[in-house]
Amino acid sequence: MRIALLSDIHANVEALTACLKHAGERGADRFAFLGDMVGYGADPGAVLDIVAPYARAGAVAIKGNHDEAVARSSSYFNESAQAALELARERLGADHKRFLAELPLLIRDGRECYVHASAAMPERWDYIDSPSAAKRCVAASQATYTFCGHVHDQLLYFENQQGRMCEFRPSPGTPIPVHRHRRWVAIVGSVGQPRDRNPAAAYALFDRRLEQLTFYRVPYDALTAANSIRRSGLPESLAHRVELGI
Amino acid sequence: MRQRVQPGSVIDGFHVGERLHKGGTGYVYHVTAPPDADPGFPLVMKVPGLGHAQPTIGIESFEMEQMILPTLAGRWVPRFVASGDITQTPYLVMERIDGVSMARIVTRAPLPVEEVARIGASMADALHAIHVQEVIHLDLKPENFILRPSGEVALLDFGFARHARYPDLLAEERHFAAGSAAYVSPEQLNNNRSDARSDLFSLGVLLFELATGDLPFGEPKTYSGMRDRLWKAPVPPRAVNGQVPPWLQEIILHCLTHDAADRYQSAAYVAFDLRHPEQVALSPRAHRTAGAGFIAQAQRWWRSHGALAAPGQRRIGSTPRAPMIMVAVDTEHLDDERQPALQAATRDLLALRPDFRLVCVSVIRAAPLGEGGGDSDTASGRHLEHKTRLRYWVEPLNLSSSRVSLHVVEAANAADALLDLARANHVDLVVLGAPRPDQQAFGWWRSVASSVTANANCSVHVVRVRQRPARADAS
Repeated sequence: MRIALLSDIHANVEALTACLKHAGERGADRFAFLGDMVGYGADPGAVLDIVAPYARAGAVAIKGNHDEAVARSSSYFNESAQAALELARERLGADHKRFLAELPLLIRDGRECYVHASAAMPERWDYIDSPSAAKRCVAASQATYTFCGHVHDQLLYFENQQGRMCEFRPSPGTPIPVHRHRRWVAIVGSVGQPRDRNPAAAYALFDRRLEQLTFYRVPYDALTAANSIRRSGLPESLAHRVELGI
Repeated sequence: MRQRVQPGSVIDGFHVGERLHKGGTGYVYHVTAPPDADPGFPLVMKVPGLGHAQPTIGIESFEMEQMILPTLAGRWVPRFVASGDITQTPYLVMERIDGVSMARIVTRAPLPVEEVARIGASMADALHAIHVQEVIHLDLKPENFILRPSGEVALLDFGFARHARYPDLLAEERHFAAGSAAYVSPEQLNNNRSDARSDLFSLGVLLFELATGDLPFGEPKTYSGMRDRLWKAPVPPRAVNGQVPPWLQEIILHCLTHDAADRYQSAAYVAFDLRHPEQVALSPRAHRTAGAGFIAQAQRWWRSHGALAAPGQRRIGSTPRAPMIMVAVDTEHLDDERQPALQAATRDLLALRPDFRLVCVSVIRAAPLGEGGGDSDTASGRHLEHKTRLRYWVEPLNLSSSRVSLHVVEAANAADALLDLARANHVDLVVLGAPRPDQQAFGWWRSVASSVTANANCSVHVVRVRQRPARADAS
């Protein structure tokens, strides 16, 4: 079984389509959407039109902070994020809003745990930005593999013999052996809004049988995604971000 | 269910034979493969020690080797065959390398200089081979090298190694970040496990040991004793063994420089120097026969404390891309219009790299035996003449002599000679001229450039001079 781990799509349908195609070519037969399907981007409806059928067919779909904020406004977000959320509220139909509202915060499946931010109090949207944050996450998830998004980078934390978590920055395209006798927290990166000065979409593929995790970067038509943002009247900074990956 | 590995047991079809070795972190057994999976070479099985008395490092180190060994290719390492589930029956089956352990060879040290150079060059070849595969060994010591009957070495035990693309399971295991006390590099003592030049420091210790029978920093029993090498200069090998020639001392001390930035930047360079003693640029350290004086040592100590204050600052990529560039110069035709173009191309290529070695080669036709009476007609006379021309060719590039070597080779087939040289010296890029327009009539496929381009195991840069438009067009 190969599970495609897709997070932080952020209403970027071009990036999502490219990642799904890429994962399909690499034998993905299960899909996990780790939250923040909407927000920042111009096409929340088109993204949910793709994700919802996967979810109905049994794919993992998790709620992110932007997904939550469609129903409940929050002062948590900056001005441009608020504008994008306002756009989502206007454009999404009742079905899509219900879909977002009903998403769970966390799903456990055997050795795996799926969550948007951290398994430690997922509703607080804490960032896993240090080995100690990864440690809190793994202590709460109790799973061998915890898959998260929220932090837009790609990172892998692993537990050493003393139970400490260590950070590793993966090279895209290299399958990493992730043996099940130790615990791993994988932050899969952002499909729709990478921020590491590389506009290519980010996701990861987990091979359950081979116990291998591969992080990928997928070049896609970021210019079209950025122009959609511009046309929709959202702040230029959001278009710029997608174009340059900043 | 965990199976016990012992002589007589059968693990996943492998018949376990006698125990060959009991090491710090596990055991090694003879095994035979099941008939349907026989790879056709002798095998050993490595099993981590997992009892209560075993250090916990055993399993992590086993796991590192299980990750790294299957990624390594080439004759410098044992071929990986199979591995067992780490939670059930952890084992690694790999090729058994036949030969003499370097641990036995060092007991004969000091070895003759030629032997030190020959074995050392092969050890450097092995290191270069793993470094280009993004792996750093980090635990070089005599026990981990085997000298095959062919004269080449094989490198064993990747339990402390680091692969640039895999998580480093030993990264935070402070006490084990270091390799073996006598051989460990200063960077490893500062918890930096991502510098390939660490292996070159350890190689320097091995060369020192082979050349003198002694260890440059002794065998410290304590951590602080190991840290002496962060600032203490090693005793010059010539002070221990007067037979060590200056060029070998230069190579050894260049490896043993405590600041990795001042060390050799590539194992290929060490191999090259050990194979071409006459090309080694000697610095004052080549002739030293006494250790550094008190003031110099105190200065080093002071400087090293700056380095200690900022551990890890020197982190660089695991594979230093310090390239070996070979340029083929036609010294028979120094006035050829292609020469300035070849010089310019070489200059541009070197300008792109902060670190490089330039190997200048002239292939001359072999002189018929017994011909000629004058000095310039003898083989050595011709060699000298062409070497002088090579030096003349490279001079305008203004390169320090430690970066350039000059080679005149006699051969009937220039392309084959260039290819052999490139392979033997780990050349990363060959620069050579395209055939002249009048030579192109013979067909591109017959030229030296085409043959080298087609058969080289590295990149090839073919320099072509554009034909000038005819005068009528230009006006």
